[in-house]
Amino acid sequence: MNKILLIIQREYITRVRKRAFIIMTLTVPALFALMFAVIALVANQKDETKHVVYVIDNSGAFERRFRNSQFIKYVYPHKSVSDAKKDLKSDDDLVLNIPANTKDTVELSSKKKTTLSLADNIQGQMNDIATGAGMVKAGIDTASLHKIKSNVIIKSTEITSTGEQGTNIGATYALSFAGAILIYMSLFIYGAQVMRGVIEEKTNRIIEVIVSSVKPFQLMMGKIIGVGLVGLTQFVLWISLSAGISYIIGGNTSPANTALHSFLHNLGSNAGYELFCFLFYWITGFLFYSALFAAVGSAVDSETETQQFMFPITLPLLFTYILSVSYLFTVPDSPLSVWLSIIPLSAPVAMMMRIPYNPPLWQLGISMALMIVGFIFTTYIAARIYRVGILMYGKKASYKELAKWFFYKE
Amino acid sequence: MLSIRNIVKQYAGHTALNDVSLEVKSGQIFGLLGPNGAGKTSLIRIITQITGPDSGEIFFNGEKLNQSHIERMGYLPEERGLYKKMEIGEQMIYLARLKGLSRDEATKRLKVWFAKLGMETWWKMKIEELSKGMQQKAQFVATVLHEPDLIILDEPFSGFDPVNAEIIKNEILDLNKKGATILFSTHQMESVEELCDAIVLINKSKKILEGPLKDIKGAYRNDVYLVEYEGKQLSLNGAAPFEVIEEIAGEDNLHTIKVKLKGGSTSNDILQYLIPKTRVNMLKEVIPSMNEIFIEKVSKIA
Repeated sequence: MNKILLIIQREYITRVRKRAFIIMTLTVPALFALMFAVIALVANQKDETKHVVYVIDNSGAFERRFRNSQFIKYVYPHKSVSDAKKDLKSDDDLVLNIPANTKDTVELSSKKKTTLSLADNIQGQMNDIATGAGMVKAGIDTASLHKIKSNVIIKSTEITSTGEQGTNIGATYALSFAGAILIYMSLFIYGAQVMRGVIEEKTNRIIEVIVSSVKPFQLMMGKIIGVGLVGLTQFVLWISLSAGISYIIGGNTSPANTALHSFLHNLGSNAGYELFCFLFYWITGFLFYSALFAAVGSAVDSETETQQFMFPITLPLLFTYILSVSYLFTVPDSPLSVWLSIIPLSAPVAMMMRIPYNPPLWQLGISMALMIVGFIFTTYIAARIYRVGILMYGKKASYKELAKWFFYKE
Repeated sequence: MLSIRNIVKQYAGHTALNDVSLEVKSGQIFGLLGPNGAGKTSLIRIITQITGPDSGEIFFNGEKLNQSHIERMGYLPEERGLYKKMEIGEQMIYLARLKGLSRDEATKRLKVWFAKLGMETWWKMKIEELSKGMQQKAQFVATVLHEPDLIILDEPFSGFDPVNAEIIKNEILDLNKKGATILFSTHQMESVEELCDAIVLINKSKKILEGPLKDIKGAYRNDVYLVEYEGKQLSLNGAAPFEVIEEIAGEDNLHTIKVKLKGGSTSNDILQYLIPKTRVNMLKEVIPSMNEIFIEKVSKIA
């Protein structure tokens, strides 16, 4: 047992010390921070140039009805359109040409390209004015209508056994989707690291020295656990660094931070549940797949030979990943979705996608139990192939060969 | 010390070891010989518990071989290898700790070894920065750092220049003097003659020869002598107690011949026959070298 700890320690420390690990750990939060900074910047950046809009109103319905805002001033020069265009003083000024029949196209011209928010402002005002006028014409009291009108914001609630819970569907979806993608990617990234580690030891020939000191199983488990801890460390660092950076950049009032805040707030009590599921499926999924990756690594002499074995291992996961958005999210309770989330090969991704839809507890229970049984099973198989494979050189391994190795005696 | 009894190991399609038994006595330097593919590595892997035998038993100091013996063995495989990206000091300590040494003890001993072999400046270097010979030296240290009772060396001198090979040879002898038993597999027969107390020869998965080196060589004495004499070349007739097998060198005055005794006669008979006729410079028994014994034994079976 003590020796497994030593192996875990070595696998962990050599990887964490690597430049690639440090760079990865720093760049991801940096990108995250950059993203937040851009969002904050965009959200903060308002159009602060002052515009003068020369309204040429051929219909007469809009005369003096536009409301001036801080940056937009409406004037009514009573000129012809072409004169007004000629007389434009600044590049930021515009001419609004309203035809006699408002059903015709309204034309907004300026020397510079009009910003969207400006066009929005004008269009909104014109619609309001036109509706107001229409209502008045139809005998509706617009003032009382205004009083009745209220801002409706939908708050979705779920009926659960513990009563109604306020949830924000978007936030839970986003989190579980992000979790599923993260699991999918890291199973490959860290699984491949386990595989490369095994191949490295084999091609370095240090393997024979090590297995004369420890059992192959100890070496394999030490490597898997060590790499797994590297993965967890990376996640923890990413999350805490990202949170830290966005907090520092954003301060308390920035829109980005309030967005993050409301995101976390909206997750509410679900956050713990989701986090637990994420960690559970990440860990068991990692143990499940990296055992297989370790077996593949032991069977080959170089990374280029791994293809024939990698494909069938990665296929179920890839299949689930492709289905995730288009299928699992849309019909989370269909038989296929249920099966995918129960079979250990696809469960880590599939069940994460179903989590926001609160799958029945018994399904979650079966899925989790099978994950545990599954990784013990793959570890058992992998260990039997591994112990033979690591000492085999120059033999092109086929599936038949692997099966033979499996049945070798100690 | 090590008693190997009726070991059988089969891989799919072929038998690597067929009923092999041998005894290694405590304090011996024991040579494990055999042509390529004879089953030496398979046997070593069974002793080091990397694999297990299909049948047969091994006893280590009278106890049935088990996990606890791993820490009392040191194994230098034929195919050397270390972690390329790891610093050498750290790596040596890691390997020693896998053999049950504490970090402090490993560090202490390693410093002694490094000083002894002139490796002090290597501590912080990565393996990939070292030459092949330097890596070999480091790996030798890693093999013996935990002061094992049984040291298993597979081709320990390959990859060393003559100077370093001599250094390593002396270290091996030194370790042996301090009480370590050494099991030593090689194709270099000169080093076998120089170092080994006893040998076993394995061919085609079977043991074909075993015993103390002296006895084996004694058994292979075939009454062949080398004679050098001065003077005119002798013409020999049937009365001589020997037959000339080979005329090796014949200068004007100096002649060397290889002779084989006829049944019942001794080396003294050679002298008695020759002395009246010529002046004998040298008479020496030709004992077959391990190399010759090896080739003879192996090719007889093949």
